Amino acid sequence: MMKVKQVLKRVTKHSLFFPLTCLAIVLIINLIKTPTFFRISLNNGVLYGYMMDILNRSSELIILAVGMTLVVAGSGGTDISVGAVSSVAGAVTIFALVGSMSSDTYRMPYGLAVLLGVLAGMVCGAFNGFLVAKLRIQPMVATLILFTAGRGIAQVITQGFILYVRKEQFKYLGNFIPGVPIPTPIFIATIVVVITVLILKKTALGLYIQAVGINSKAARLVGLNSTLFTFLVYTFSGLCAGIAGMIITSRVYSIDANNAGLNIELDAILAVAIGGNSLSGGKFSIAGSIIGAITIQALTTSLYAMKVTADQLPVYKAIVVIIIVMIQSTELKRMVKSLHHKFLCSRERRWAK
Amino acid sequence: MTKLSKKFFALLLVGIMVFALAGCGNPAKETTKETDEGKEELIVVGYAQVGAESDWRTANTVSFQSTFVEENGYKLIFDDAQQKQENQIKAIRNFIQQEVDYIVLAPVVETGWETVLGEAKEAGIPVILSDRMIDVSDDSLYVAWVGGNFVKEGNDAVEWLDGYLKELGRENETINIVTLQGTIGSSAQVGRTQGVEEKLSEHPNWVMLDKQTGEFTQSKGQEVMESFLKSYDDIDVVIAENDNMAFGAIDAIKAAGKVPGKDIIIIGFDAVKAAFEAMIAGDLNCSVECNPLHGPRVAEIIQKLEKGEKVEKIQYVDEGVFPADTAADIIDSRLY
Repeated sequence: MMKVKQVLKRVTKHSLFFPLTCLAIVLIINLIKTPTFFRISLNNGVLYGYMMDILNRSSELIILAVGMTLVVAGSGGTDISVGAVSSVAGAVTIFALVGSMSSDTYRMPYGLAVLLGVLAGMVCGAFNGFLVAKLRIQPMVATLILFTAGRGIAQVITQGFILYVRKEQFKYLGNFIPGVPIPTPIFIATIVVVITVLILKKTALGLYIQAVGINSKAARLVGLNSTLFTFLVYTFSGLCAGIAGMIITSRVYSIDANNAGLNIELDAILAVAIGGNSLSGGKFSIAGSIIGAITIQALTTSLYAMKVTADQLPVYKAIVVIIIVMIQSTELKRMVKSLHHKFLCSRERRWAK
Repeated sequence: MTKLSKKFFALLLVGIMVFALAGCGNPAKETTKETDEGKEELIVVGYAQVGAESDWRTANTVSFQSTFVEENGYKLIFDDAQQKQENQIKAIRNFIQQEVDYIVLAPVVETGWETVLGEAKEAGIPVILSDRMIDVSDDSLYVAWVGGNFVKEGNDAVEWLDGYLKELGRENETINIVTLQGTIGSSAQVGRTQGVEEKLSEHPNWVMLDKQTGEFTQSKGQEVMESFLKSYDDIDVVIAENDNMAFGAIDAIKAAGKVPGKDIIIIGFDAVKAAFEAMIAGDLNCSVECNPLHGPRVAEIIQKLEKGEKVEKIQYVDEGVFPADTAADIIDSRLY
């Protein structure tokens, strides 16, 4: 009996316990409301079902959340420019491919254009990193610059038009590669996650970022170049935004500078928070953020599946997010505990009388 | 680097950036200065546009930009609000400060315009609304509204569907319909949904299975359609409240292994050029026009006002219905 309790305590104390519980709750409600939710079939040569939709659609959010996790961990701030940066990256790639007119022929090799787009994302990230690390501007304010200006830059590149790339090959990245039953974005997200985790685990980089995030002055005193690490995490976040931009534009084989990745930065921050990461920096869990990202997409997809009408959609989303964030609040846990304690005390007192 | 030169370098970088931003952010301002000498004769029009969220919007912008040119005696100050009302309010205040002669507004949303339009009225600048309507208690805040009749567009779509189903001999079958709605609360969404539902009630064998918003964008339209296809096995008709969402729906239907245009009838709105291409490819069955070429009509109104004539408050532009079989003949005559 004691052992069970101990195991239970260990499980509930694990940092991924709450994020996983949240995801499980969302999925279980689905199972009750929509019995077909978990059915995955092979349709038209590709895997087909709600679960595939969730994984597919959450791919770009996962990529952004990975970058955001490191930004949060290393600087205690958030990068609110990622949505706009992914729009810039998409605009650069499509402009490089077709110029300022929708077209079905490429002007340059596809690989080079993608590289340019991702590079554009990295440059934006490096700009943020320079402002935060070198000029010591608050992260929120520093990234606010590209948050507002980024879409303007993308507009200038596309000249305010929605540019289409009418070529089958361009759709592969955001949809399916012929003959492969799994959506390509899932592969890209997996690759980004695996490489990031490998680098963080195989080198001391993860530890360093954590140290800088907890106390950058102390980190510098023990010989870590904290400016460099802060710069690096923002550049990495820009890189992730660039990759996400590639998926977003490939999905609709076009760039819509105003709407590509609109509001996705908020979802990315939320994913990090739902993942149980402290937004004030320091310790972090990439796995938690990934679960957070999937939870957010699962919520959207399941609200569609439950036939919630469009005008009520934001209300339900808000309610669930409030509950999820509240469950994770340590302050709330303490309040509940002390209330419970008071209740026990008063009961004892009553008995004593 | 010494500390001083480092600081200087940082300052320089920020300076460059600010210049770069100013350069790309506001091209309109510069042109104002250039044409200052000729300002007396030119009628200055400020246009607060919603954004560039769809091809339709872009065509609307181009219509204004090509109508209000200096050769015609106008100077257009264009502002792209990126779908944010606060940007539009800011733009209108800028127009008032620059003392433009007319303000044209394509509102993002219907509500919240009293204050800023009141300021324009006080400044004596007539406001002409384009595309979407506003909800104000005092209708003297604007002199005229130019736009499409969204309710009629909704009616037209259902009427076309009725005729098409009769052609196919399916008029007595049960027809399952889903709707991809626009941004909830926008005039186009409200009008088209209402127009479709009015006519739908005349057909007891038609069932509206589900409605969900695709926010007028292709990617959202695709995502919602993916979900519809999993919830319902037997969808006969998709009504997408703009063409871009219809394109998203087409991709989703193809991914599900069905044939758009045959297994599922797809109706779009706006009739942009890309929609004609989709119709020729056989993916889209019909698109109901929402004429974005408001520029000439607005110019007409301004000319009347200049002469001191009265103008009608509500002015609908002409709109048509384009089925797929006529697409190939019409596409070359389309300007947008």
